[in-house]
Amino acid sequence: MISSKEIPDAKIPDGPLEQKWERCLDGLKLISPNNKRKYKVLVVGTGLAGASAAATLAELGYQVESFTFHDSPRRAHSVAAQGGINAAKNYRGDGDSIHRLFYDTIKGGDFRSREANVYRLAQVSNNIIDQCVAQGVPFAREYGGLLDNRSFGGALVSRTFYARGQTGQQLLLGAYGALNRQIHTGQIKLHTRTEMVDLVMEAGVARGIVTRDLVSGEIQAHLGDAVVLATGGYSNAFYLSTNAATCNVTASYRAYKRGALFANPSFTQIHPTCIPMSHEGQSKLTLMSESLRNHGRIWVPKQAADQRSPQQIPESERDYFLERKYPAYGNLSPRDISSRAVKEVCDEGRGVGAMGRSVYLDFGEAIEQLGVEKISEHYGNLFEMYQHITDENPYQTPMRIYPAAHYTMGGLWVDYHLMSNLPGLFVVGEANFSDHGANRLGASALMQGLADGYFILPQTLGDYLADKKPATEPTSTAADAVVAESQQQSEALLALNGDCSIRSLHRELGGILWNHCGMSRTATGLGEAIEQLGELKQKFWQRGMVGGSGEVLNQELEQAGRVADFIEFGELMCRDALQREESCGAHFREEYQEQGEAARNDADFSHVTAWAHKGEDQPPESHCETLQFESIHAGKRNYE
Amino acid sequence: MRFNLRVWRQLNQASEGEFESYSIDRIGADLSFLEMIDHLNEALIEQKIRPIAFDHDCREGICGACSLIIDGVPHGPMGATTTCQLYMRHFEDGAEITIEPWRAGPFPVIQDLVVDRSPFERILQAGGYVSVHTGEAPDANVLLVSKEVAERAFEAANCIGCGACVTACPNASAMLFVAAKVTHLALLPQGQPERERRVVKMVEAMDAEGFGNCSNHYACADACPKQIPLSLIARLNREFLQSALLGREFGEDDLDCCHQE
Ligand SMILES: Cc1cc2nc3c(=O)[nH]c(=O)nc-3n(C[C@H](O)[C@H](O)[C@H](O)COP(=O)(O)OP(=O)(O)OC[C@H]3O[C@@H](n4cnc5c(N)ncnc54)[C@H](O)[C@@H]3O)c2cc1C
Ligand code: SF4
Ligand code: FES
Repeated sequence: MISSKEIPDAKIPDGPLEQKWERCLDGLKLISPNNKRKYKVLVVGTGLAGASAAATLAELGYQVESFTFHDSPRRAHSVAAQGGINAAKNYRGDGDSIHRLFYDTIKGGDFRSREANVYRLAQVSNNIIDQCVAQGVPFAREYGGLLDNRSFGGALVSRTFYARGQTGQQLLLGAYGALNRQIHTGQIKLHTRTEMVDLVMEAGVARGIVTRDLVSGEIQAHLGDAVVLATGGYSNAFYLSTNAATCNVTASYRAYKRGALFANPSFTQIHPTCIPMSHEGQSKLTLMSESLRNHGRIWVPKQAADQRSPQQIPESERDYFLERKYPAYGNLSPRDISSRAVKEVCDEGRGVGAMGRSVYLDFGEAIEQLGVEKISEHYGNLFEMYQHITDENPYQTPMRIYPAAHYTMGGLWVDYHLMSNLPGLFVVGEANFSDHGANRLGASALMQGLADGYFILPQTLGDYLADKKPATEPTSTAADAVVAESQQQSEALLALNGDCSIRSLHRELGGILWNHCGMSRTATGLGEAIEQLGELKQKFWQRGMVGGSGEVLNQELEQAGRVADFIEFGELMCRDALQREESCGAHFREEYQEQGEAARNDADFSHVTAWAHKGEDQPPESHCETLQFESIHAGKRNYE
Repeated sequence: MRFNLRVWRQLNQASEGEFESYSIDRIGADLSFLEMIDHLNEALIEQKIRPIAFDHDCREGICGACSLIIDGVPHGPMGATTTCQLYMRHFEDGAEITIEPWRAGPFPVIQDLVVDRSPFERILQAGGYVSVHTGEAPDANVLLVSKEVAERAFEAANCIGCGACVTACPNASAMLFVAAKVTHLALLPQGQPERERRVVKMVEAMDAEGFGNCSNHYACADACPKQIPLSLIARLNREFLQSALLGREFGEDDLDCCHQE
């Protein structure tokens, strides 16, 4: 194992797995209701994690300030989540339990996450559904009026709650309602079109943030007693991804540069079922929810370079490769495994579509059995979206899909209290690294974001504040210095006057990462990528083009700051992928495989790698948190 | 494909705007409308011209950010879709296309095609929610909700808050938006305790933000990308009237019913 420093205490409570969260809660220091309102918490991000955290903290009595670069909290990327949210309700009586949800999730993550965190996630999952239903989230129902469920990948039970293909939208409207209620009472102050550009550290603790008002261009500091980052994931490092256009890594990366540890940056999920790329000018890839695999069957022709239309290929000449390779889970095999299988058949020349880089997702049989109406009730909006984009009717001809960058398991390192190694800096939702290990199961990101925001952070944050006097100083010299630095950075970007658009540089970055740090990685490729990224960084600062003014809305300037961070961060992703000399979950190193399947190396890599920034011209330093499995055996991940 | 574009350019809220013309060439039919503007912007950047600002994010028709009036029609000629879900194959080769921001008094232009839709926020803050503290909720299956009701509530909750209804209306009325929000919660058992209060608060906020009245033009529902049904406006009126009456029966001051037409 590479020598690296140990990480700060993860504060995992003692006792049996089932009692850890309760014990933690019992041991937390409390603050009286009267005193809570003396503390101010800054929450950056208004997606599921941020909105739920801000609303709950405000309900408890803290003063909250909430920040988003969107014009409305409800436009956060969470709104786009389609398929559903998991919970261990076992309403179906199909054998589900907290333990099973826990086990599926930790196994889905290829045993690269913390046992205690994942168990707690499964424990609070049921409260989330209760909370959301009480807020008026219109989940799908059965005729009897009870909540309906469906299945997602990596599970043999039906535990996914959903609202057609728009679960994220509906959950976010619920959390947004809770947020709005607190804004109305004045307990939360909301700042829209306001982007966090840096973190303010003072006397070793997180003291505030520096933001840029996207409309007026004003750069200013906001001070408080704690900072919560709920700023989402960084899949857009790949340029083409299923994420919304403005998702970025800036908040996390700037915090990293101020000393926060970044954990497992190379753990990025490539989702198997996305609409394939069709032209050069494409700006994003669109997810077709995993829930489609409840009824759709994935196949390619048995023969390479088969040019026939799907209808002309008889059953006997089709290869339902997921069902063949993983009979127990079939089309509902986990994402990392399914994506690699898709890539493999395409590499063999059996891919379909004009570029040969896609496979069929076929609803023919399901439509025959259940009828068009039933299928449209389940997936109507997804089929419509597919038809809009591709001009093909999936009721008549199979969908074509290919993997795309989708979710990032890596994120800022946090302890069991969701606090980073920087005191007072908390991280929730996709922005932290906490629960999904090396691969996330479907319908568990919404669960984690809301678990963090509604049920975990609001409790643990109080424990941190209880030891502190409320900050009363209205100004801070540390903040002034960070404001000045941010202004300089903004001016440097505005001064870029070369011949490369920011978009073209971002596209180039995406190409490098997709080729070398995507579904399949090698030491040589990663080495090359690190070199290319160094050159790209130079190119950005020498030939990038921004222009315009800093005092009005300037979307090029916004994007330039994000892309600059992505380029540097891309290097960190590659370094992380390079040092992890094993294959696990979504991290597939070609050198480490057994009969085409990922070969994990528990002896040397049963740990989290977290990176510390050491200065602009220094390589980052890796720290490691050893993963202890007390209650389960980290076995081979078998879906056959 | 090639297109001639007339695009509204305006530096900021204080400045006067005007149309500028651009022609753009070699656009694939599979490009989305917003990708076409991305291309134009790259070309403008090369010529050191300030690129066109527009709101967008998910590019999947769900976040409600995109907001262009295309040839006079909010979200363009397709109907029942958002701007980001339009593809160039829906336009004729060589066409002249006029692109404007939302036009409505309560939504001032921030720059080019970007407008300020914060009045919607304030309407929702006034009461568009169920007041339930985190952790207070009973088991999710305690209250049964019939499948039909859940589906109807969903259809109303499907509103993405884009504001096309407002810009389509000659009176800049926000009735369809408010009706969608009110209906979603009024249909569900969880929304009952605050049903009266909610509609009154939201309608008051709507009026305070300067949105106009509904005078039955029906342009809103035609423009709505999520096909929020027009009939919900009648429901909103009913909900409001009932709540107002309830107050009056118990001797409260008359509520302002001026938005009723
Ligand atoms: C297409 C799609 C479908 C999905 N479907 C599912 C699903 O069915 N089930 C599931 O469990 N998961 C799903 N996921 C994953 C899930 O949606 C996300 O992981 C989750 O919503 C992230 O929530 P979040 O609150 O952490 O971040 P986000 O929702 O991304 O919110 C980030 C917030 O931070 C703000 N922000 C970011 N940076 C800054 C900054 N510098 N300054 C100010 N504000 C900032 C943004 O404005 C935004 O408000 C899906 C993801 C995608 C892409
Ligand atoms: S009612 Fe329709 S047009 Fe109006 S804001 Fe909602 S989705 Fe947009
Ligand atoms: S960009 Fe999100 S709805 Fe169009």
